[in-house]
Parts: sequence; structure tokens; C-alpha cells
Amino acid sequence: MDAAPGIVAIVLVTVATLALGAYGLRFSRTTSDFMVASRAVGPRMNASAISGEYLSAASFLGVAGLLLTFGADMLWYPVGWTAGYLVLLVLVAAPLRRSGAYTLPDFAEARLGSTAVRRTCSLLVVGIGWLYLLPQFQGAGITLSSAVGGPDWLGSLVVGVVVLLNVTAGGMRSITLVQAFQYWLKLTALLVPAAVLLVVWLGDGRPGAASPAGDTFPGDVVAWSDPLAAGGPQGLYLTYSLIIATFLGTMGLPHVVVRFYTNPDGRAARRTTLLVLVLIGFFYMIPPVYGALGRVYAPELAAAGSDSLVLELPGLMLGGLGGQVLTGMVVGGAFAAFLSTSSGLAIAVAGVLSQDVFTRPFRGRRLSGVTGFRAGAVVAVVVPALVALSDSDVGVATTVGLAFAVAASTFCPLLLLGIWWRGLTTAGALAGLLTGGLGSGLAALLTLYTAQSDGWLDVLLRRPAAWSVPLALLVMVVVSLATRRTAPAHVTRFMVRLHTPEAVALDRG
Amino acid sequence: MARKGEVDADTRLGGLYVGSLLREQLWLAVRTLALLTVTIGSLPVVFHVLPGLASVHVGPVPVAWLVLGLASYPFLVVLAWRYIRRAERNEAAFAELMDEVER
Repeated sequence: MDAAPGIVAIVLVTVATLALGAYGLRFSRTTSDFMVASRAVGPRMNASAISGEYLSAASFLGVAGLLLTFGADMLWYPVGWTAGYLVLLVLVAAPLRRSGAYTLPDFAEARLGSTAVRRTCSLLVVGIGWLYLLPQFQGAGITLSSAVGGPDWLGSLVVGVVVLLNVTAGGMRSITLVQAFQYWLKLTALLVPAAVLLVVWLGDGRPGAASPAGDTFPGDVVAWSDPLAAGGPQGLYLTYSLIIATFLGTMGLPHVVVRFYTNPDGRAARRTTLLVLVLIGFFYMIPPVYGALGRVYAPELAAAGSDSLVLELPGLMLGGLGGQVLTGMVVGGAFAAFLSTSSGLAIAVAGVLSQDVFTRPFRGRRLSGVTGFRAGAVVAVVVPALVALSDSDVGVATTVGLAFAVAASTFCPLLLLGIWWRGLTTAGALAGLLTGGLGSGLAALLTLYTAQSDGWLDVLLRRPAAWSVPLALLVMVVVSLATRRTAPAHVTRFMVRLHTPEAVALDRG
Repeated sequence: MARKGEVDADTRLGGLYVGSLLREQLWLAVRTLALLTVTIGSLPVVFHVLPGLASVHVGPVPVAWLVLGLASYPFLVVLAWRYIRRAERNEAAFAELMDEVER
């Protein structure tokens, strides 16, 4: 493939990102600016920023490739990633904003008044953040080496450096603008080539799927049109487990949650969520076009690493300058996807690290808030970038799916019970977090680092959410009931704060 | 005592006011999620029970692609919009109740 359009696109996206970050920098001064943009971000800007941050490499590249290879059951990824925001809206959006906490550990501490729960939550935020950052860096390596040649580690390095520069320089205030810009960039970069390629397909006389070329190509049209994973009951389990992980995991993703604190109030938090649903729903209608056209024009990619389908399809369908321009667009969009998601995750992890590690007094000295945040950002980016260099060949969307499963098994029960049930106790929360975290976390590690088989045990480990989420919820409720007397005394005041509209002047503790 | 005072002083009456708002909102959330479950959430079971459905096409597009890949997103937006309208109505009713001074 000609490297020029890809290089031009990557340079343009990088320069635009750094320039916007520098522009936003003029407004970032206080710790509050760094952490939550001083809570002055309106719903439209915030929704663009959330969507820009949320649409990662898995959405931009992974979904289309999975659709090409496996067919309709992979539609559950984008549908679940969108429906997750509906679940978040109805169960946590407004109360979470009204809780007045900066991060998930802040929320846990405010609700339960326990530093042990706080520490556990901090660990989980860092773990989920790193699990989610890993595929971003790996994907960046694949993209760069497929689009412009060059070794795999180069892409990880470039993404890591740009993210670090932006995040350490400006924090949340400057990154909000960057993320909002990147949503529209990614949408354009996926939509315009899709529209052109559809016209090309019409011009070719609407050819059907290529005839199965050997057994590398999953030729069975029926299986490809079935929204169930293959394998009867196992397929049904896998499908529902994916649904549970994505529907319930969104609310527990640290980089999503941290954005809700930047809303001015609970009403704005709800409006932001509705707009996010519109923006990402619209985006997710596009990858199926690539998946279906790939079946017609690029069936050989189905077997050979389908993550590159979006990058290669324009060049395969359209020669000459047109193909080069479109290739440049998708490469730029993919690169924007790595940058925005990694930045959001880096901010979330850095926020937690700086609060819980770097601004604690150490030998009588302590770092200032902004310096601590910067130190946190360095650790947040460097660790997963190093791990990404040692390779694992699990697909981008699979690793992201595991991050969702861990989030759904830990923070989802904590948020649900913390917001809607007065009876939650410290012991209950800790027991539930440990059960869900260990269960889904071990399953994730085993899936990433051991060979796969087709047995039930392997199926249960590959998509743990369907058992780990109910288990964590159950443990949290049962242990809370057993330690009923230790329920925090301020819970009534806290419930008033979570659920009453800000316009009513009440004592919120 | 004004109703806000009841809530602030955490009297039994104040607890009832907040408790009823909380229950209204939770019930609304449960209803919305139930609707999500019986519509989009039931699709895997439907396709499991009726395997023939996978080969049904609308024009050139398989029906699963149409329902999941296209129709589900506007449906989610409609559910969200309905929820927000009702949740804000509940909150407005609570605010009104708080602002009435008992005579």
C-alpha cells in the first residue's frame, strides 16, 4: 500500500490535536480545571467530548472487521456500547453528578465513608483503565505498520507521546475541546468513505457477496446473518454475556464516568447522555457498511487479520487519487480514535493516581495538585504502553470486551446499590467488589494469556459477565444484610443529595 | 414547619417525601429497562427459537442486520427521551411539593 496518504493524515491529526490542546491550555490553571474542567462544560460540547472519547479503535476498526469475519452476532458490540448509555442514563447519570464527587473512588468514599472501599475502587480504576489502554496502543501499532509500513512499536510510541504531551500540559479543560473535535473528525472519516464506496458498489451493478473462495472464507450466508454466536446453547450464553457486559459495563468505565462530573448539574447530565446516544448511535450505523462491502470486495481479509478491513477497503475498491484520499481519511480517523480514547483513559487513571498516590505526603513532602496529576499521567501511559510492546494476539475488540466485563462486575453493582439502596454497607461493598473483580479479572487474564478451546469452561471464562455480575451483586447484598448495623449514619442526607433536583434548596450535607 | 424543613430535619414526614421521590424514579428506571429487555434484549432468544428468521431478507439486507444494525439506535434514543421527560416531571412534582407552605 502507498504510504504517503497515511503519513499525511497521521501528521495532520497529530498537529491538529496538539494545536487544539495548546489552545485549551490557555484556560487550564487550577486543579479543578485539570480534573473536571471546573464543571463548566455545556451538554452539547460535553456530549461530543464523551462520544469522541468513547469511540475507540474497537469501534472504528474492530467492529467492521468482526462483522466481516463473524457476521451479525458481532452487531451486539456496537448495540451494547450504545445501550450502555441508556442504562447509565436511567440508573446513574443524574445522581452521580449530584453526588459531587470527582471520580468513582470519590463517590465510594462519600457514600460509605470508608477509605478501604476508596482504595479498592482506585485499584480497580487503574486496572480497568490499563486493560482498556492496552488494545489502544496495540491497535495503533497495527494501524501504523499496515498503513505506512514501519515496525509495530512505532505506532504505540507515537500515540503514547502525543497523549502524554496533551494530558500533562492541559488536563481535562484542554482535552475536552480536543475530544469534541475528534468525534466529528472520526464521524467524517468513516462516513464520507462509506458513502463513496456505496456509490462505487451501486456503479458496479450491486454485486452480491463474492463466491466462497476456499474454506478460509465463512461462506455460510445464514450463519453470517444470525445475531447469535455459533454453537447452540453456548452461542446463546456468549451472546447474552456480551449483552450484560456492554449494557452494564459502560457506567463503570472510568473515562466515561469522569466526564459526568464536568456537567453543571443533574439535568445537564441527563441531557448530555441523550445527546451521546444520538451521536454514537449515528456513528455505529456506519461500520456495518464496511463489513458488508468487505464481504463483496475483500473476502480474503476475513481470515487474515480483519482489524485492517476499514483501512484497506477504500484502496481495494477505488484506485488512483480517490482511493488515496479515502485511505488517508480512514487512517487519520483511526489514529484520532487511538488518541482520544487513550487520552480520556489516561486522564481518568492519572486523576486517581494523583489523588491516591502522588499528592499524599511522602517523607514530609507532598506534590502540588497539578504536579501530582502530571506524575500520575506519566505512570498511567507508560505502563500499558510497555505491556503493549510485549505482544498478545487477542483482537482489539476482545480485550475491550474484557474491560467492559470487569467494569460491569465491579462498579456497576457498587453504583446501583450505592445510589438506590440505603442498606449498602462497607463490608458488603468490599466483598462484592472483590468477588466481581477477582472473578472477572482472573477470567480476563486467563483469556488473554492462555490458549482457547471450545469447552464450557473456556466459554464461561471468555465472556464472564453473565455469571460474575449477578454473583457480585448477590454478595454485596447478602454481606450488607449480614452487617446491617454498620450502615453509614449519613445515608439519608446523602440520598437527599443524590435524588433531589438542585433547584430545591435543601440541606445536602 | 415547611416541608423543606421536614426533609432537612430528617423527620418521619421528611423521610416519606424523599422516599416517595426515590421510589418513583426507581420504578421509572425499572420500567424503562424492562422495555429494553423485552425488545432488544429478547432478540437472541427469538433468533434461537426461530432459526429460520436468520435467512429472512428485506431487499438485499438480512433482517438481523436491519433490526440490530439500523433500527435499534433510534429506538434507544426514543427510550432515553421518554425517560428524561418523565424523570423531570417527577422532580418538578417534588419541587412543587417542597415549595408549598402548609397552612
